[in-house]
Parts: sequence; C-alpha cells; structure tokens
Amino acid sequence: MSDTRAPRPPRRKAAPLLPREDARDGALVFVVATLCFLACLAAVFTIGADRAARGWRTELTGSATVVVRPKADETADAAAARAAEVLAGVRGVDEADALEREKADALLRPWLGDDDVLKDLPVPRLVSVDLDPKAPASAADMDQALKAARIDATVDDHSLWLKDILGAAALTRAAALGVAALIAAAAAAVIVFATRAGLAARADVVDVLHVAGAEDGFIADLFVARFARMTAMAGIIGAGGAGLVAAAMRLLGGGAGLTPALPLAWSDLLILPACPLIAAAIAALAARATAMALLKDMT
Amino acid sequence: MTQPQPDDVPVVRFDGVGLRYGRANEVLRDLNFELAAGSFHFLTGASGAGKTSLLRMIHLALKPTRGLISLFGRDIAAIRRRDLPIMRRQIGVVLQEKRLLEHLNAFDNVALPLRLAGRKIGDYTGDVVELLAWVGLGERMDAYPQALSGGEQQRLAIARAVVNRPEILLADEPTGDVDHEMALRILRLFVELNRLGTTVLIASHDEALVNTSGRAILHLEGGRLEQIPARLA
Repeated sequence: MSDTRAPRPPRRKAAPLLPREDARDGALVFVVATLCFLACLAAVFTIGADRAARGWRTELTGSATVVVRPKADETADAAAARAAEVLAGVRGVDEADALEREKADALLRPWLGDDDVLKDLPVPRLVSVDLDPKAPASAADMDQALKAARIDATVDDHSLWLKDILGAAALTRAAALGVAALIAAAAAAVIVFATRAGLAARADVVDVLHVAGAEDGFIADLFVARFARMTAMAGIIGAGGAGLVAAAMRLLGGGAGLTPALPLAWSDLLILPACPLIAAAIAALAARATAMALLKDMT
Repeated sequence: MTQPQPDDVPVVRFDGVGLRYGRANEVLRDLNFELAAGSFHFLTGASGAGKTSLLRMIHLALKPTRGLISLFGRDIAAIRRRDLPIMRRQIGVVLQEKRLLEHLNAFDNVALPLRLAGRKIGDYTGDVVELLAWVGLGERMDAYPQALSGGEQQRLAIARAVVNRPEILLADEPTGDVDHEMALRILRLFVELNRLGTTVLIASHDEALVNTSGRAILHLEGGRLEQIPARLA
C-alpha cells in the first residue's frame, strides 16, 4: 500500500527576532570588558587590603609594650625585671619579657649611631608583653598592677596605632565599594546608551513587531537577552584578564603576594566568576528599564 | 483575547471621525460607516485621498483628531496600552511599504504573528509552508526579502497578514506590484479568508480588480466617504 501522507516539512529552528550582528557590539564588549576588568581588580585588591589590615590588627592587639623608668634606688635592669614579673601575673597576659639593654640599644642605634652616646643616655627599659588572644588584658589592668607594685611605667597597648589601622581598613573598604558602585553605574549607563541606540537603529523591527501584536515586555526582553548575553561575555573577558593580573601578582610576590602590604591568596580569585553574572544582571535591569520607557513613546 | 462579539456588532464603526495632520486642513472629515462582521469592502480614491490614513486609524497606528472609532465593539480611545497587542493580533495588515524583516527569511517573516501569539514552531511549520506555497513562494521560503522581487515581497507581506486568520484584514494596495493573474489569485485568497469569517477591507487603485470582484466600495473623495453597495447577486 502506498503512503499517501504529505511529506513532513523539514525541521526548522525559529530565527532570532533581532539581527545577530551590530557594528556597535564590538565596541560595547570592549568597554564593558574594561569596566569588569577594573571592577575585578578593585575587588581582589580590596580583599588583599582587608587581609593586611586584619593581620596588622592581630599583631597589634596581641601584644603591648611597657616603658619602665627605674627609681633612684634600683638599676634599670632590676626595674624591668620586676615589671615583667608583675605583668606576667596579670590575668590576660601570656608572657612578659624584659628587653635587655643591648636590644634596647640596638633599637636606637639606627637613629643615634654612636655607642658612646647610647651609654651616656638614660635609655628607658622596655618590657615586651604577649597577650592572651582570647581575653587580652587591658592597658588599664596592666597599669593598675604596675602602680600597685610601685613601678613607674607607661603601658602602650598600641591602641593609637590600632585606631589608625582600623580607620585605614574601613576607608579602603569604603573606597572599594565606591569604586565598585561607580563602575556598576558606568556599566549601566553604557547599557542604557546602547539600548537607546539599539532601539533607534531597530525602530523598523520594533514597529513591525508592534503591528504584528508584540507586547512591550516581549520586545524589551529581546534587548534584555541581547545585552545580558553580551555583557556576560564581556564580564568573562574582563574577569579573565583581572584573574591573570592577580595570579601574576601572587606568583611574583610569593606567599605575601606582590607586596606584604597587599597579601593575596589563590582563594581570592574565586570572587571573579561572580563578575559576569553581576554584569549581566546590571545590563538586564538597565536594558529592560530603558526599553520599556522608550517603547511607551512608540506606537 | 477580545471577547466574541454578537453578529450585529460591527467589527469597525466610525462616528463623525475627522483627521488632520498638524494645523493643516482635515484630510478626512465626518466619516460615518460600519464594517459588519464577515463583510468585504474595497476602499477606493485618488492618491492622497486618505485611504492609508483611514487604514492606519483602524489598525491603531493613528488616532483620529475627532470622532469615535469602535473596533470589535470597543471605543479605541478607551483601550489601554497593555491591551493593544491583543487587539492587533486580531488585525491582519498589508502595508504599501511591506515592512518585512530583512534579517528573517520568508518562512520566519510569515511565521512572525504565530510566534508572537505564543505558538511553537513545530505546530505552525506546516501551516506556514502551505500558505507560502499558496502565494507562489513555496520554493522561496528560505530566501531573504532583499533577494525577492517586489511582487514576491508583496505576496510575502500578504501571507504574513493572513497566516493567523485575523478577525479583520486591512490591505493597502496589495496587488500593486503583481501581475493581473497573481492579483486575481491574491483576491481569491482574500475571498477564501472572507468566506471563513474574516472581515476584509482592501484599499486599491486597481479598477479592474475592484470591478471584477463586484464587492461593496467605500470611496474617498475630498476627505469624505461615499458608500457604494455590492453588485454581487
């Protein structure tokens, strides 16, 4: 029996409703990729700076220095030894060591240079104190203990430096956030301009879609998909470039990164894959809002 | 979707409609007519008489300066923007300038209204292929508009306008770029569509075609409309 059914038409795939290529696409990808590159570097540097600040803070809060001024009836070494003994008994102090005269002189030598001068100077003795990291003794506790033992001394718990360090770290974080917000705004502005240009260049297509019964949201989504895809690709390029730079800095600087002031870890690079996603999300929001606003003015 | 209308509700109704561009004199004035559901009319008139403007008002691309236009029983001035797409999907439009999408081939151009209506390509491929064959483009369905002649583009635009069996078909000089034989073939397509229930309004200069059809005529002259009844038995 012969088959009388009509031949099945070949399987087809629906074509994209917006033209695939646009002369502006290359320039847009370059601009967004550059913005993503800068944003990724800013993010990695911020993580490094934050790590450095945390390290400094740990070092400063984990120790204190006590300057001991000997009384007339005792030697400087004896005063320092007594202070160390008193401080070792304070709750929250792990260890207290009197700095020997030679070590104190060594600290001053780079500035004074002359041993004879140092011998004549009444160099105060220092006591180095290691604090319990879980419950460190306060400067007031140590000061009180020293006074009770009638020792003339000044406790420096580095709080002055700590305040500056914390301030610098907060400033670094705020600056990084500001840079990130600025870059995101710049990327959104670029997408807004691109969407406007895209809609203007494709007004004929938009008009046909309107006449054929397309909803504004449907047309806007065509531009959203286009720009989200394009910026995601640009984000991958930018994040990849930033990853290479950060990896080079990590390799060149050894365990401390390029410089001890900016220690980088390989795990810091894990933040980079978020860049294309964030860029695509910003592009999608900007394109959608712009397209919907412009489509309202079109028939 | 537009609600099904009772048969006595006209698909299009113009009440005292006037249209002017800017501060110029009215190009159309005091238009009063109805297009009953399932009717077939030609729209005639000299160049510049306002035929295209009248069609554009019906397909919601142009607002009248005064008067009331009802479409499917709804005052178009009261239609919300978000409802326009649904209304437009009920209207098939063939414009003089064709408005084909240059980056889509013939198949995808014709399939456009079906895609916008949410149909899947597997469901409509057969319909589109059949329609393209009907308008003589069965062998050209993968060709892009710029590779088609003026007549082929015209037929493509017609196929796109009728593919989703609209409630009303508006055609502006649909046979302007085709020979008489193809014009008659296209007219038969419109008649067949009308027989299936689509209201048809065709703006045309082609007197031979208009006379051959014997259909009712809306004639524009001096901005006013004259209605000439059908001569069909």
